[in-house]
Amino acid sequence: MTHIKVNVDGTTYEDEVEPRLLLAHYLRDRLGLTGTPIGCDTSNCGACTVDLDGATVKSCSVLAVQADGSEVTTVQGLAKDGEWTALQRAFHERHALQCGYCTPGMIMAARDLLRENPQPTSYEIRQALEGNLCRCTGYQNIVRAVLAASGQEAPAVAEEVTA
Amino acid sequence: MIPPAFDYVRPASVDEAVRALADAGEDAKVLAGGQSLLPLLRLRLAFPELVVDVGRIPELRGVRDEGDALVIGALTTHHDVMHDPLVRRHAGLLAAATETVADPAVRHRGTLGGSLAHADPAGDLPAVVLTLDAELVAVGPNGRRTIPAREFFVDYLQTVLAPDELLVEVRVPKADGWGFHYEKFHRVAQAWPIVGVAALVRRDNGHIAEARVGLSNMGSTPLRATAAEQALAGAGDPDAVARAAESAAEGTRPSQDPSGSPEYRAHLARVLTKRAVLTAAGMG
Amino acid sequence: MTDQAVEREVGRSRLRKEDARLITGQTNWTDNIQVAGLLHLAILRSPMAHARITRVDVSPALERPGVVAAFSGADLADGMGSLPCAWPVTEDIVLPDHPPVAVDEVRYAGDPVAVVVARDRYAAADALESIEVDYEPLPPVLDLEAALADDAPLVHSDKGTNRSYLWPLAAGESFDSVRERAEVTVKRRYHQQRLIPNAMEPRAVVVTPLAASGEYTVYSATQIPHILRIMLAMVTGVPEHKLRVIAPDVGGGFGSKLQVYGEEALALTVARKIGRPVKWTESRSEGYLATHHGRGMIQDIEVAATREGKLLGLKVDLIADMGAYLMLVTPGIPILGAFMYPAIYKMDAYEFNCTGVFTTRTPTDAYRGAGRPEATFAIERVMDELAAELGLDPVELRRRNWIRHEEFPFTSIAGLTYDSGNYEAATEKALALFGYDDLRAEQQKRNERGDAVRLGIGVSTYTEMCGLAPSRVLRDLRYGAGGWEAASIRMLPTGKVEVVTGTSPHGQGHVTCWSQIAADVLGVPFEDVEVVHGDTKAAPQGMDTYGSRSLVVGGEAVHRAAQKVVEKARKVAAHLLEASEQDLEFTNGVFSVKGSPEARRSIQEIAFETFSSHDLPDGMEPTINAETLVDPENFSYPHGTHLCAVEVDTETGRTRIRSYVCVDDVGRVVNPMIVEGQVHGGLAQGIAQALYEEAVYDAEGNLVSGTMADYLVPSAADLPDFVTDRTETPAANSLGVKGVGEAGTIASTPAVVNAVVDALRPLGVHDVRMPCTPERVWQAVRSAGSGKEASA
Repeated sequence: MTHIKVNVDGTTYEDEVEPRLLLAHYLRDRLGLTGTPIGCDTSNCGACTVDLDGATVKSCSVLAVQADGSEVTTVQGLAKDGEWTALQRAFHERHALQCGYCTPGMIMAARDLLRENPQPTSYEIRQALEGNLCRCTGYQNIVRAVLAASGQEAPAVAEEVTA
Repeated sequence: MIPPAFDYVRPASVDEAVRALADAGEDAKVLAGGQSLLPLLRLRLAFPELVVDVGRIPELRGVRDEGDALVIGALTTHHDVMHDPLVRRHAGLLAAATETVADPAVRHRGTLGGSLAHADPAGDLPAVVLTLDAELVAVGPNGRRTIPAREFFVDYLQTVLAPDELLVEVRVPKADGWGFHYEKFHRVAQAWPIVGVAALVRRDNGHIAEARVGLSNMGSTPLRATAAEQALAGAGDPDAVARAAESAAEGTRPSQDPSGSPEYRAHLARVLTKRAVLTAAGMG
Repeated sequence: MTDQAVEREVGRSRLRKEDARLITGQTNWTDNIQVAGLLHLAILRSPMAHARITRVDVSPALERPGVVAAFSGADLADGMGSLPCAWPVTEDIVLPDHPPVAVDEVRYAGDPVAVVVARDRYAAADALESIEVDYEPLPPVLDLEAALADDAPLVHSDKGTNRSYLWPLAAGESFDSVRERAEVTVKRRYHQQRLIPNAMEPRAVVVTPLAASGEYTVYSATQIPHILRIMLAMVTGVPEHKLRVIAPDVGGGFGSKLQVYGEEALALTVARKIGRPVKWTESRSEGYLATHHGRGMIQDIEVAATREGKLLGLKVDLIADMGAYLMLVTPGIPILGAFMYPAIYKMDAYEFNCTGVFTTRTPTDAYRGAGRPEATFAIERVMDELAAELGLDPVELRRRNWIRHEEFPFTSIAGLTYDSGNYEAATEKALALFGYDDLRAEQQKRNERGDAVRLGIGVSTYTEMCGLAPSRVLRDLRYGAGGWEAASIRMLPTGKVEVVTGTSPHGQGHVTCWSQIAADVLGVPFEDVEVVHGDTKAAPQGMDTYGSRSLVVGGEAVHRAAQKVVEKARKVAAHLLEASEQDLEFTNGVFSVKGSPEARRSIQEIAFETFSSHDLPDGMEPTINAETLVDPENFSYPHGTHLCAVEVDTETGRTRIRSYVCVDDVGRVVNPMIVEGQVHGGLAQGIAQALYEEAVYDAEGNLVSGTMADYLVPSAADLPDFVTDRTETPAANSLGVKGVGEAGTIASTPAVVNAVVDALRPLGVHDVRMPCTPERVWQAVRSAGSGKEASA
């Protein structure tokens, strides 16, 4: 067992963990922070993406012991006082999620992109999200949402009235 | 899936790390960024007794200028390598190829040294350091040694590193004035290259004075397309480059897997060599 | 009746009620569930495709720390039953037993062999390693045609054959007779590769027992909580009324969670045996073995036509890979396609035969489209081949054969009555959006120049049958249940509304759409409606979600239940307003008396009046709640025209989609935003079949594409932007709606492959097998012989 101290979404936790414990399992099974899901075992799907000391990582491919002394931000730590971030709002308003399983990772990956590149093009967004798989949306509305969250024009989806 | 149990140490220095490795013998694995090791552990394809986490050894991180060469700490992440101004200026090929590695989150954790020590011939960076004529510096119980990249890769997932040796830095000769391109051919953005071609070209009077061509995934180790390199010397137009590129697959032994047959890989090596060299030479 | 439902909601892109939890991580995936004393179940799986089990020793696992129990198949044989197949498509179908854990023989790599139960998932995974199993290898059965030979090794030796069934259909004249009078025939063989569905949420199941009363709650990542409850009761013997099944948040399904899985039965069996709650969660690579696959067919298709391009007849011979066992609807999947090969075309003869074959691979079953993508692919591909044969533009050939809009309703040769549609309108719109003529001109230029990068244009004018399904038709097809759907509306005392639905959403947005439908009929605010689903205690009746049925059957039920509520409320309103029912108007949720608009009562007020029941009409039950079960009278037939332009690099074989345009007619639309999202996702999956995905097995029957690193699910970087639009011919149900969940997947695969082949046809290429990998494209160009390929 190894002693670790990790700050997750603003709360500091100290725990004894097996060295092999994955950060994703630490978050989910030990801390009960189940907002971060796991979708694969090869670090391809990106559903488990979290922010570790200011950069995204796939929490299924990081050991909890490697996060010792670090700050972790998950999708559960984004909204402040119930106020969604621009990305969360954009994902909602542009219908960028269906089943929602990839959404935490998508939002974290998009957040990382916008930190480095506040006004990305559609192409850059698609490249930046290459490590996050979605099976529902075909990605188009995710791209629209990231464009919208970065304050760029995107064709409006919401509140179209037909008939 | 879930990694098997292992013991864990997190040395604070290279010496400590080497001592830990020496004590453990064959059953230890070095953990740097973990982007190759963690999937192996999770699929239970590796069962180390001891994992030596070198991730907190500060001296292994960063890029410095040593005159003719850049020295890149083994623990420097892909993300840091591709954004480093020194790398971009003096080893543009490495920056360009690193941008194609995996995805942003993996690049935040994965390290240059880790990729090289993992020695997957389908990886992008082994062929690149081979093309750059880089040297790899390892530290073991008997001190430091410098290994030319062309001697470093021995076989599939095997290097000359002894179990108690730690890769500490990569010395990359500056390639100022050379044109470069990394042509990665993969089926989806995240997939390994079916074939990757790294090209480094020095031009003189509109002709290719010297060309170096490295191949990913064309054998059990990264390879140099030496026949093509020789044939490229003196090439002055796209047709000459195309002819020279016809020998790009000579001496290679590509594997058979669902993404490509040996025959197709050999064909791709030729086509991609042509394209990579043309781009590197500004003839594309 | 004078009251006119004012539709403020239907047709409007309401943002989804589902999203708030999902974008903030307040989710309830099955794997999230924690209960006191929860144990973790892990499954040892066969590493071989086919072998006799000669020994299983689980005792070493029991020695490991944290292990509570371990079982072999033999240990469980008494209580675990055989997994169900609800669709024995013929009377003489070969239907083998399917134990959730193999007892004496494993029949695919991944077949469960033993089970451990431990304190946590790590201990359970470790314990699996110590279980000892001896296998005696048996020959794998992998080739669909060789499997049918007399001397073939058998997947189920006691059955004496690998043929599960032969299912024929013939309509109109005999194909042989029309072939005789045909001027042109085209015959092709197409391969539908196996696909792995890849819902993003891996499957998981949690069972909590209440030992004292023999009650069990099963939480499962399933599309079908209601069917699962019935089947688990039948399989395990736990009485149905003691079983509660809950589908919590479910992260996608695409058919893969339309199943009664061994792990669900096993978790229940084990929880029952040890009296403790258990959880099982698959890893992705485990799921690649354990979660059913889709497609997997060889299609021989022949068309007969006149020189002018009039179709005379169609003949299809299908060999369908069942995998090792028949699961819930395995044999029926190709049969769902049987009716769709004639598609939108008129003809005089149709013959279809499907042979279901056992192989030593993971069982197949429903995957998005389930039978119809395969059918659509084959007919749309062969139409392009026929057009090429006749020298006709592929769109023109379709025009000459499709059902014209004035001919609806139209009974297809396969016997389906298409209620509505307008193929001309959808096609015209799509051609204009696509810039068809300009692209054809560019293509011609490139071909004339002999460019290395060719342009190809593919079309797919699809229809499909969905909205499963009229119960009488299901009876005729020997399906084991009906196709109705249930809805009830509870008017709460404070005027809020609960819609209880038997559908079980996992990404489709039913909560939002059912709220829109109910809000319109009841005239209440959208925000005042909540939708209850996915829990057999709270929503006791239902047939669940698959086959693009939820809106056309379940939404219809919500609509009708809401209308019933209004009728009941009308009686109360008439009583309270001292008017006759005929004198009442109902607008925007308010009953008023004609001519005296001040006399009014809202339906929400009536809900409270009913609750207090102080002043109800004589003899009236004190409720305006209503329940409906809807059995659809027909399937739903969305259609549309999809156009794809690809650039194919003949040197490397790489295909890049340059543009994709689709115009779909899904009838009236409840929520355009959600419809567009369904289309996008469907396109992505159909394109993935065309270009990227395949479950590859080696000669020993091992799954080679066994992880997400090897099975290529496309990312955002691999797919283009789509141009989507709609035409609208209302369906013959009260909402006028058609299904949309599978349309994109059904339509897009042939559009893409047609485009790839179209690009290469001038080089002599007539087909590229799916997925159209760069190597396959390169090989096709090379073997056609007239390519620009330089190397030998």
